Amino acid sequence: MSAVAEMAHGPATRAAAEALLTVENVSLTFGGVGALSDISFDIRKGEIRAIIGPNGAGKTSMLNCINGFYHPRSGRIIFKGKPRQRMRPYEAASQGIARTFQNVALFKGMSTLDNILTGRTLKMKRNFFWQLLRHGPAMREEIEHRIYCEEIIDFLEIEHIRKTPVGKLPYGLQKRVELGRALAMQPDLLLLDEPMAGMNLEEKEDMCRFILDVNRHFGTTIALIEHDMGVVMDISDRVVVLEYGHKIADGTPDEVKADRRVIDAYLGVSH
Amino acid sequence: MRVNASNGFGPGPGNDTFPKLLRANARVRAKRPAMRCKDRGIWQTWTWEDVYENVSLFAHGLKSLGVARGDKIAIAGANRPRLYWAICAAQMLGAVPVPVYADAVASELAYVLQNADVRIAIVQDQEQVDKLLGESEQLPQLRHIVYDEERGLDEYDHTRLHTISALIAESRDVFEHEPGTRAAIEAEIDAGGGGDISIMLYTSGTTGRSKGVMLSAGGCIAAASDTVAFDKLTDADETLAYLPLAWVGDHYLNYAQSFVAGFCMACPENAETAQQDLREIGPTFYFAPPRVFESLLTRVMIRMEDAGPLKRWLFHHFIAVARRWGEKILNGQFVPLHARLHYGLGRILIYAPLLNVLGFTRIRVAYTAGEAIGSDLFSFYRSLGMNLKQLYGQTEAFLYVTCQKDGDIRSETVGPPAPNVDIRIADSGEVQFRSPGMFVAYYKEDAKTAEAMTQDGYVKTGDAGVFDPDGHLRIIDRAADVGKLVDGSLFAPKYIENKLKFFPNIKEAVGFGHDQAFVTAMLNIDLTAVGNWAERNNISYGSYQELAGHPQVYEMIAEHVASVNESLSRDRFMAGAQIRRFLILHKELDADDGELTRTQKVRRSFVGERYAPLVTALYNGSDEADIATEVTFEDGRKGIIAARVKIRDARTFAVAAEQAA
Repeated sequence: MSAVAEMAHGPATRAAAEALLTVENVSLTFGGVGALSDISFDIRKGEIRAIIGPNGAGKTSMLNCINGFYHPRSGRIIFKGKPRQRMRPYEAASQGIARTFQNVALFKGMSTLDNILTGRTLKMKRNFFWQLLRHGPAMREEIEHRIYCEEIIDFLEIEHIRKTPVGKLPYGLQKRVELGRALAMQPDLLLLDEPMAGMNLEEKEDMCRFILDVNRHFGTTIALIEHDMGVVMDISDRVVVLEYGHKIADGTPDEVKADRRVIDAYLGVSH
Repeated sequence: MRVNASNGFGPGPGNDTFPKLLRANARVRAKRPAMRCKDRGIWQTWTWEDVYENVSLFAHGLKSLGVARGDKIAIAGANRPRLYWAICAAQMLGAVPVPVYADAVASELAYVLQNADVRIAIVQDQEQVDKLLGESEQLPQLRHIVYDEERGLDEYDHTRLHTISALIAESRDVFEHEPGTRAAIEAEIDAGGGGDISIMLYTSGTTGRSKGVMLSAGGCIAAASDTVAFDKLTDADETLAYLPLAWVGDHYLNYAQSFVAGFCMACPENAETAQQDLREIGPTFYFAPPRVFESLLTRVMIRMEDAGPLKRWLFHHFIAVARRWGEKILNGQFVPLHARLHYGLGRILIYAPLLNVLGFTRIRVAYTAGEAIGSDLFSFYRSLGMNLKQLYGQTEAFLYVTCQKDGDIRSETVGPPAPNVDIRIADSGEVQFRSPGMFVAYYKEDAKTAEAMTQDGYVKTGDAGVFDPDGHLRIIDRAADVGKLVDGSLFAPKYIENKLKFFPNIKEAVGFGHDQAFVTAMLNIDLTAVGNWAERNNISYGSYQELAGHPQVYEMIAEHVASVNESLSRDRFMAGAQIRRFLILHKELDADDGELTRTQKVRRSFVGERYAPLVTALYNGSDEADIATEVTFEDGRKGIIAARVKIRDARTFAVAAEQAA
């Protein structure tokens, strides 16, 4: 797998790439509880960026800030060069940020194809009445979107469950459908919250392969949270490490692996 | 060559190769569908005209890569239209296509390519390309690899790699700008003749390494013409081509018969969608090995258990009606009016919807072969009104040796000889035949060829069989496998194994007993059936191994073994060969570990050696035994599985022959 990762992106060229998203001194509190304090890092165009840390470190809160679900108490988030203060998730989505969730959030009663098609909603231009008519431009538009979704289905190798209600699918496949829906948005930035949680080894390997392929074929920038250290170190270009809402390390997988504070955070240390 | 043009089912005169047949089809039924395949989830259709055009272009592309008459071209992948075109494009140039099993591991693939002196390989995707590149040291003769699906391959070195679409596009350009190139391909078609080697199919290798069976174009077409006429197949028929490309069945039933009769073959999107594609296409001609029919029935039964009480009652009531009258109606026998009405109601309420769910609504002719089929299973489908028949055949015959006639069908025989096939039983009990499609020779194996033929030109099948009084052939077992117990009773392992496997809970069985005091068996449980049973009975299990070793599973399987013994006790010849002891294996037998052939047949002697400690334990009276075996995982890595396997005694029955006397 690591060989594939090296082939997929040369780190040398990546270092010079511009930042797609910059997080500057972000702090987040829930009442008196500080979830994030003074976090700064950036995500460069075209890279796979991992956010890791022990339970409760604030990883998901960080993602929620990025896609506008939470609003930081202080600090700025700059996306595509434009700083933003308050933004709703759908605004983040229309600007090109897609995400998957730690606990799968699909429409259980709908088929795989329909679920992925919902990812195209923001791209649909025809108004409600055209859609109701389902002829002419609306039809042409739907065909275009269907083609795009079918390409994703082919890409993720889920042809056999195209028409199966997702509620009936095993967990690993649901995760894949969720990734498909996020991809259908043609996002600039893809946020993956524990894409491999609860998967067996084979499913994890498949998922790694898909993440690398997404990054390579669609050129999508990816930020992911993951607990499996082997996976993180293998597929990501750079890693940021959080602990109790603080950033304790930031760098390439090798640098992070050698960092004393990271080792302490993960293995525990007597103070 | 015999030509069956007169009855309207034949290939027409002068068409003695598949490319000539294709050209004729492109003229006669230009706009009729020839092949279908899904693209982005929607069925796409190629007409005979389209296929002819594409195959001609493909052939030109191969010619530009240096393919000459007599070259061998390997083809590996799933059932894709372009791979079928590849077969015909090779034949157009007088080259010999050599289909290889797509799921073969790299070393098996390399063996075939090496043995067949393959110079060009046409493959489906990255997976196959990787296998070939990985073995390139063993394959110095392989010059070019042509592939269909481009995904993942764009960063590879393309000096020896080509895409099918690029070859076809380049050829199209050449055809447009250089007059005479199209005619040159036409001339290549004309240069072919019925005596040419049309295809080389590797045997499954049940005994030893697989051999390349060479079949002639004229023979293939003659055989296919006979069965097309026999089953009255026309260009209005349709089939789903989902069988492995490298298996004689696919080449015969789909490729050869489709070219001769002019019907359309649809390729499933991939192996996992085959069942859904079957429903969407609704084939009229269908083939499946018994295990497919069996797993379908198992699934239906499991799902019926989850239905509401009314539906369940309706289902069981009308299935009982079908069992009583269905086959008689299908065979055209006398059935009283009230029974016909009752059956008719059943058709509306149960049979038609059920066949529709399975994708069998339009089936006119269906065949099964490869292994014995249980009479219950066989008559279940027939009683629903599906014209399911059996055939017996092998690669060396280009499939058909015997096949059953409409209206004269039974489960325990494989039917009378196919048209123009001559069968005899040798003194040793072995079935021997002569047929229009019979093979020319094994590639580079003259000694083996001579061994497989008799002096007077019959092919030895290696199967032991007998003719029933009314001329139907009954296959008992592989001739070499039929053995004797120490006390002299006949021991036909396959016969016993099949009886065991007719239980849905038993997926695989391996019988031992030759030169032993009694018969023993190793069993594999069927995870779907037994897993479902476990769920229903609140039995928890973490793995296949745990379920296989569960005491209650052993109880249930012991019951099955006992009922097999009971039925054996009623057979005069087999009563002495009842199963005394058995065990349930801790892992599924797998082709990747060499325990099954690629066509999923048990390699009994190999299993016996691999599990030698278990065989010893079966005979020395111990209650359990330890076993550790090496297994190959799907990604090619190897590991060790160790287990302690329990052994049970089985109930046996007194010979019932006296009661009958």
